[in-house]
Amino acid sequence: MKEITLEAKIENVDKVIEFVNEELDALGCQSKTKIEINVAIDEIFANIANYAYNPNIGKATVQVDASDDKKSIIITFIDEGVPFDPLIKKDPNVSLSVEERDIGGLGIFIVKKTMDKVEYEYKENQNILKITKRINI
Amino acid sequence: MTINVNKDGEKLVLSPEGRIDTVTAPEFSKAIDDNISGVKDLTIDFEKLEYISSAGLRVLLTTQKSMSKVGSMKLIHVSDVIMDVFNITGFVDILTIE
Repeated sequence: MKEITLEAKIENVDKVIEFVNEELDALGCQSKTKIEINVAIDEIFANIANYAYNPNIGKATVQVDASDDKKSIIITFIDEGVPFDPLIKKDPNVSLSVEERDIGGLGIFIVKKTMDKVEYEYKENQNILKITKRINI
Repeated sequence: MTINVNKDGEKLVLSPEGRIDTVTAPEFSKAIDDNISGVKDLTIDFEKLEYISSAGLRVLLTTQKSMSKVGSMKLIHVSDVIMDVFNITGFVDILTIE
């Protein structure tokens, strides 16, 4: 398992993506899957940066691990901000017209739809969000 | 991200390169705001775009809403992986994608 801890601010999202991509490249992850994972990281890290410690700045830790069979990657986001379970939010209505559309909740919805598993728990004052994505078919 | 801007009268073509994400979406939004005055025909060329996240979708939605009132907007050269995001989010029904 590898991990990186940095300030939870949006300017750091590139560092997280770079860190995870090194691992994805080492595991031979195909480009489409890598892009889906990069988008998921952007959505999740932006949520932490914008809401977890608002208006202060705190730390976030991102852990990367391959599953036991090496077929999936598991990325865990940990912060000590306010407890927030992004998975309890109702999915947005994606069939509304352009005038009626609101963008709220779309980020985590994309994560749920593109990742194989998304799990949340609050433990020892930490928000722990774990995504699992199959990388080798 | 860099954004190529090509304005010709009422026609505007924007070609973003790289990623439209949480960090760069404000730049994308600004490039539109700075150039949209008087435009009735907006084309956004995604040929060199790696991906777009929800922060970028927000900009596309806002822009689509304002362009619907004064003219038209279309997206061209959308890759499969970006198309997937448009499908998941229902944006495929509110945007014009060629």
